[in-house]
Order: sequence, then C-alpha cells, then structure tokens
Amino acid sequence: MATQQIFSPLPGIFYRKPAPDKPVYKNDGDVVADSDTIGLVEVMKSFNEVKAGAAGKILRFLAENEEPVMAGQPIAEIDV
Amino acid sequence: MAIKKLLIANRGEIAVRIIRAARELGIVTVQVYSKADKDSLATRLADESIEIGPPQASKSYLNQAVILEAAKSAGADAIHPGYGFLAENAEFAGAVEASGLIFVGPTAQSIRLMGDKVAAREAAASAGVPTVPGSRGRLESIDEAFALVDKTGFPVMIKAAAGGGGRGIRIARSAEEFRHLMPQAQAEALAAFGDGGLYVEKLVEGARHIEVQVLGDGHDVIHCFERECSLQRRRQKVWEEAPSPSLAPAVREKLCASAVALAQAVNYRGAGTLEYLYDDRTHDFYFLEMNTRIQVEHPVTEMITGIDLVGEMIRIAGGERLRIRQHEVRVSGHSIEVRINAEDPSKNFSPNPGTVSALGVPGGDGVRFDSMLYQGYTVPPFYDSLLAKLIVHDEDRASAIRKLERALAELNVEGLATTKSLHQALTRDADVQAGRFHTAWLEPWLESHAATLAAPLPTAKVAP
Repeated sequence: MATQQIFSPLPGIFYRKPAPDKPVYKNDGDVVADSDTIGLVEVMKSFNEVKAGAAGKILRFLAENEEPVMAGQPIAEIDV
Repeated sequence: MAIKKLLIANRGEIAVRIIRAARELGIVTVQVYSKADKDSLATRLADESIEIGPPQASKSYLNQAVILEAAKSAGADAIHPGYGFLAENAEFAGAVEASGLIFVGPTAQSIRLMGDKVAAREAAASAGVPTVPGSRGRLESIDEAFALVDKTGFPVMIKAAAGGGGRGIRIARSAEEFRHLMPQAQAEALAAFGDGGLYVEKLVEGARHIEVQVLGDGHDVIHCFERECSLQRRRQKVWEEAPSPSLAPAVREKLCASAVALAQAVNYRGAGTLEYLYDDRTHDFYFLEMNTRIQVEHPVTEMITGIDLVGEMIRIAGGERLRIRQHEVRVSGHSIEVRINAEDPSKNFSPNPGTVSALGVPGGDGVRFDSMLYQGYTVPPFYDSLLAKLIVHDEDRASAIRKLERALAELNVEGLATTKSLHQALTRDADVQAGRFHTAWLEPWLESHAATLAAPLPTAKVAP
C-alpha cells in the first residue's frame, strides 16, 4: 500500500458536496474507484468535478468544504 | 442630503466605474474587498479600502452585517451595490436605510415587488404593459394550468416563481409533455427554492431581447431608449447595442412609453431596466422583468445619449430631482459593447483565471474600455469571468461594427485566454452585420463556427 495525494486541477472554491443540502461525496475511510467524484471546484461560477484518479481508500481530506484552493493543491490523501 | 462619502459594495469593473463617477461628483470613495481582491484595481483606485472577509462571496460581498459595519466605521453616508451580489436584495436595501444610510438604488419595496416575477407581471398588466400570454399569477392547480394552455397553445415555458437567471425553466411542446413536466417542475422548484409556486408562459420562438433604460427620482420617470442584447450564450449576454437594429420608430415609441408607465406606476427611484421579448415579425413586445439596478451593459446607453447613468443614480440617491427632461434625451449614432470574459472560446468557454502578463488597451475616438485589469494583475478564480467591456460609438451601426473590429485588433491581453476571438468572429459575420439574430441564434452559431474560434486572428502590432 502506498499513499498518494489527489490534487485540485484548478484554482477556486472546493466543495465536498454536490449541493449545500446534500451529503458529502466521500468520507474519510471510503473506498473509491479512480473515476469516482470526490468533490467540486468552483472556478468563476462554473463547477468542475474532481475525480479520485486512482482506486484505493481515502485516508483523509486535506481541504475543507468551501475552502479556497490553488491549482495543484493537495485536497485528499488516498491509500492505493 | 448630498452624499459625501460612498461605500462600494461590489468589485471588478463596476466598482471601478462607480469610483470614477463618484470622484467626478466630488464624493470620497470607500472600497470594500475580500482577501482575494486586496490587489484589485478598485481597491487601488478608491480613496479608502476595508477588508471584509475571505474570498468566498458568501462570506464577504454577500455579508450584509460586515458591509454595514464597514460603512459605519468609515463614516460613509451611502452604499452603492453595483450589480449582482446585494444589488437586488430588498432586505439589504432596507437594512441600509434602517441604519441611517442611503442605498443608491430603489426602495426595498420596489426591489421586493419587481423581484417577485408574478407580482411584477401583475404590476405590468395593471399599468397596461403587455406581458407574454400566460398565467396572470401563480398557478394554484394542474386543472387551472390546463385551462390556461388551452388558450395560449404550445410551446410553453414552465417557470418557478422563485427562480431566476434561467434556472427552474422547462419547455413543454405538447399537452402530453406538459402533463409530464408540471409535477416534476413543482417538486424541483420546492426543492431548489423552497417555494413550489409555478407560472406558465407562451414561448415566443425566434424573439429578440430588447430592454429599456429608465431613470426615476421617486416622482418622475424618464426613459433613455432601448438596448438590444439578443446575442446570448447560456442566457448570458455577450454583445449589447443601442439603439436596437430591429425596432421600427413607431414601435420604439410605444415600447419606451410602456416602460415609463410601469416605472411611474411604482414611483421608481434610481436607474432601472425593463426587459422585453420582441417579435420582429409581428412587432409585438412583451414585458419580461425589471432589473432594479445598474446593468452591465449601461455604457451603450451612455454613449448614444451622453447621459452618465451611474452619476445620475448617485445624484438621485443624494436627494436631487431628475435633471434631465424626456425631450432632452436624444439618440446620437450607434454604440456596441462586447464582454471580454476570462473564458477560452476554443475550449468551450472554459474559465481561465490567471495573471495578466501584458496588456494593450484599444483607444481612439469613440472607444471606451471599462475594465478591472492592469498589467501584472492576477485575476482571482472566485468571482464571475467578466474582465472588461469594450464599448464603441460611431455615427451608425455599420461604422460602429468596423470600429469594434479595429479596436478588438488593438486589444491585447496576455497570460490568460479571453473572449476577444469570439467578438472578432462576430464582427465579421454577415448575419451580425445585418442585425439578423435572436436570443437562440448564437448557440448553434458557436457550434458551427468552432473551427474559426479555435484559430483566432492575430493581434495588431501595438505597444503592450
């Protein structure tokens, strides 16, 4: 098992939920497939999905819901 | 009471525009800014600036309490909301006035009335302004809805009473689709807006978007003629002009008079815009909604009438009566505005924040560039993509299009992709040149011109 990071592809606001009143996409400890969406990044009012990019188990999120993020900033750690 | 110190509760190019207008009136400016806008042009230009929170708009530009506190601590006597953010928030307008400050805009009551689309339609109908055939108010039952579409025919739009900006709209082309979509739309409206209220309107296909600028002082109202904004992508205007290339003079007179009648009926105060659909085959126009604020595309009206709309709205907020009479408002020439957005036309308009590494601004007679850019500025990713507006004015529409083409070639924004190439392609299009378009014209055009947009024209050789 190796630990990888999932990076934000874009600068913007990171969201862990598809909508404010919906549950989070993924929780710490969830098993994910590489095509699974783990969050959204809002860039200039357009919403972009962030994919896990690898199959594994999410160790923890590094970015909070609604946190401003930079492109390339790690937003989660995943055990692959 | 004249305004002495004005707080600008907005950002971007409109904040710069408001600072300029205020300064010309001898008013001190206070710019509020989020952490992401510390280096913005507006923050740099204003006499004073106050940080109001983190980048997220919900925690800064939409935070009413913090903005009111900033106004108090700066000793401002008025707040200009710009457009977007809190500009059409009746609660905020009320709170500003309750704390003894001036809200540069209409009363909270006007904002509330025009913000409720059903109430606005009812107000229009009682002022004798034509509205799109459809429900007079909210539909109370599915039976009532069916009785209505028997009269209007299809296609119809089902709209959420509490929706906006194109959200919560469905189109039914047959009774069967209508039966299927109504309950779905009701459930969705309830989930999205906490209000399941719906109304139904006939869909006027091939219609143009025409809007009338008004100015009121709470007693009298004048119009400053119309703008046409039919070139839209995803219901966002990309190119606006004044006057409309499609209105016959007799229709223009009726349209503008109807706007004044409605604004007068609600004792409107400040700058406002009444939006209409216009069917150029039948010459029918239908009131859609009223925007109770300054609009992005206000400069084209300023260019053809010579009226400083932002300056006038500040004077009116300070207690002055209208300084201009209707017969003094005259149209001279033609003006076009194009929106320079941080979007890449060759990549399906994907947003493109970044740092402006070089900037060449077009100039010359009849060219205006309302912008938030400077060389070295990093455009933050947190807000909308509007960077600047390029506005031209010339003696007629054909000359204005040629001037726009010339000015676009001089515009050089390096470091991030912009919508410049879209506008260059539009200026060269035969339908655009002939004014042959409607609100659903641009999107299919974008699909068929994807190759043109992927290979932009070169920028004229100008100093950066």
